[in-house]
Amino acid sequence: MEVKYKKTKGLTDSPLSYCPGCTHGIIHKLVAEVLEELGVLGESIVIASVGCSVFSYRFFNCDAVQSAHGRACAVATGIKRNLPDHVVFTYQGDGDLASIGIAETIHAANRGENITVIFVNNAIYGMTGGQMAPTSLIGQKTTTSPMGRMAEVHGSPLHISEIFSQIDRVAYLERVSVFNPRQVRNAKNAIRKAFTYQVEKRGFTMVEVLSSCPVNWGMTPVDSLKWIEEKMVPVFPLKVFKDKGVENNV
Amino acid sequence: MGKILMKGNEAIARAAMLGGLEAFFGYPITPQNEVPEYLSRYLLEEGKVFVQAESEVAAINMVYGAAAAGFRTMTSSSSPGIALKQEGITYLCGSELPCVISSVMRGGPGLGSIQPSQSDYNQATRGGGNGDYHVIVFGPETIQETIDILKEAFDIADYYRNPVMVLVDGLIGQMMESVDLTKPVKKRFLPEKDYAANGTKNHPGERHIINSLYLESNELEHHNLSLKKKYDLATANETRVELINMNDPDYVIVAFGTMARVCRSAIEKLAEKNIRVGMIRPISLWPFPSSVFETMDAPHLKGILCVEMNLGMMLTDVLVANNGRHSVGFFGRAGGVVPDPDEVVDAILHFNERVVK
Amino acid sequence: MPIKGYLTFESEKCKGCGLCVAFCPVKILYLDKNTLNQQGYPIVKITDPDKCIGCASCALMCPDSIITVEVKN
Repeated sequence: MEVKYKKTKGLTDSPLSYCPGCTHGIIHKLVAEVLEELGVLGESIVIASVGCSVFSYRFFNCDAVQSAHGRACAVATGIKRNLPDHVVFTYQGDGDLASIGIAETIHAANRGENITVIFVNNAIYGMTGGQMAPTSLIGQKTTTSPMGRMAEVHGSPLHISEIFSQIDRVAYLERVSVFNPRQVRNAKNAIRKAFTYQVEKRGFTMVEVLSSCPVNWGMTPVDSLKWIEEKMVPVFPLKVFKDKGVENNV
Repeated sequence: MGKILMKGNEAIARAAMLGGLEAFFGYPITPQNEVPEYLSRYLLEEGKVFVQAESEVAAINMVYGAAAAGFRTMTSSSSPGIALKQEGITYLCGSELPCVISSVMRGGPGLGSIQPSQSDYNQATRGGGNGDYHVIVFGPETIQETIDILKEAFDIADYYRNPVMVLVDGLIGQMMESVDLTKPVKKRFLPEKDYAANGTKNHPGERHIINSLYLESNELEHHNLSLKKKYDLATANETRVELINMNDPDYVIVAFGTMARVCRSAIEKLAEKNIRVGMIRPISLWPFPSSVFETMDAPHLKGILCVEMNLGMMLTDVLVANNGRHSVGFFGRAGGVVPDPDEVVDAILHFNERVVK
Repeated sequence: MPIKGYLTFESEKCKGCGLCVAFCPVKILYLDKNTLNQQGYPIVKITDPDKCIGCASCALMCPDSIITVEVKN
């Protein structure tokens, strides 16, 4: 018998605190598997942000620094500048990155900080109970857009990857999702590439992952994956926005 | 090397480097701009880390990161910028991370002015962040004293694993004085930074986690109490005060920083009028030197005058420390106005009109 | 000889989310409402182990990494 798939050593033994079917768990797994496969767990430092993934410092099997809401990329900068040969990555939700932390994130990208940002976009504030996020869709009902998000009142969904693709020092930027096995495999490739570019010191890398929130979306875990595919992907197309590796070879 | 003429802000930067600064994160704000400007050249020349952040909020969080990784790190700013750093400062305290913060005060509130002021005394000593915490705060009077404290500040921060703030004002930051950069620094036993999050390869078998989140309230209370032990230790060991002219005074002035310098001249003028005025000059603002108020031997004291460049902040500490023993008066100018010695002389001469009920 | 898969579940950590059930191509997984783990979730079980082709889609989709997949040719 040969083991085809087992839990990665990149995750600790702590059971994940996420709701049943929440794809944070899958994304954690992919990041952890990549770190294990690249053999860099010993020099990795995760910057845990504030949101559902605030406890990620318990789950990633490497050193961790818990940062204030929105400030993960600044914390990562402070670490990476002093430990240039370490693998430093932030794990942030859409509230942490696209709302309160957009300034820190966009300037880390603009400085070309050699860090990797895992941006989990589930179009809602999960930890605090389902409020509207900058990436909530038009018409999406949340506890702070109870009649559905209206552009003229709440603005429109914020396209982070599109915005960041304009920044020169971004080395790799892709939006992926995890709503079925094929997407999960593709997401892992994107995450592997991002971390590989960091190890090769190519500059700022970010992977935006469309993720689910069954409880606050009010859907079953399986239906919430369909909602990503049918509702989120049209607004947030899945593609590679920037790949300096390819641009240089071309 | 002897004495050289140096601008306050540049002295702050050089002293920090002499104190072992490895990573600086700043942002432009008058009247402290020469601190990041100086470091942007000389720190990089030594192959160390300098980043001009996108905001004071980002800068203090970069400090948090560098400190989490075990490096000697610092930020500098002025009043409104220090206000923006408050959350970061309480995270540093909550996660027990050392750093040095230089604050060059200007007039407030709001955008205020760029003139020197002491109206951030409460911001510095009470803190604007959340939770039970303290920053060890020093209020030097001269550029020389600022240098001497800064050269020692990283050791104090590392010893207590807590931020240390050096609080000056725009006048000290902007003026030039002759200073000696070579005065020796008190040696301290500093424990290894065995908490640093610098990769499990450096500490196999155990993950280092820098964190201030304790959801379980008993756990957080336990953490608060352990922080308090540190603060009590700092109160016992780091309190610094200068007593001037204190044998059998008629009045005692309490003043720090630039205000204390102005009061020195006022004391001389009052001596010419045969009025004996002493001065308690706090050098550490937190911990405040309360004990000197108890041990003070002043049988003929008519009153204590608290003199500040604000509308009464250290006054609260003076009232508490005095504990009703003597009558306490207050004289202060605000908005960036620096009172001259004659105004202080006048305040002493009309002390009764200034007594705080 | 087709690949034969063998699954093991860390049932105590299962949250009964059903993603594995939904994405098993041979539809041999189900949530047993009558068997709850310590957390009170219905745990995943196999109807017919022989049909497992070892594709690991279940394990791939499991947010809590409770499924180990072994294969034999």
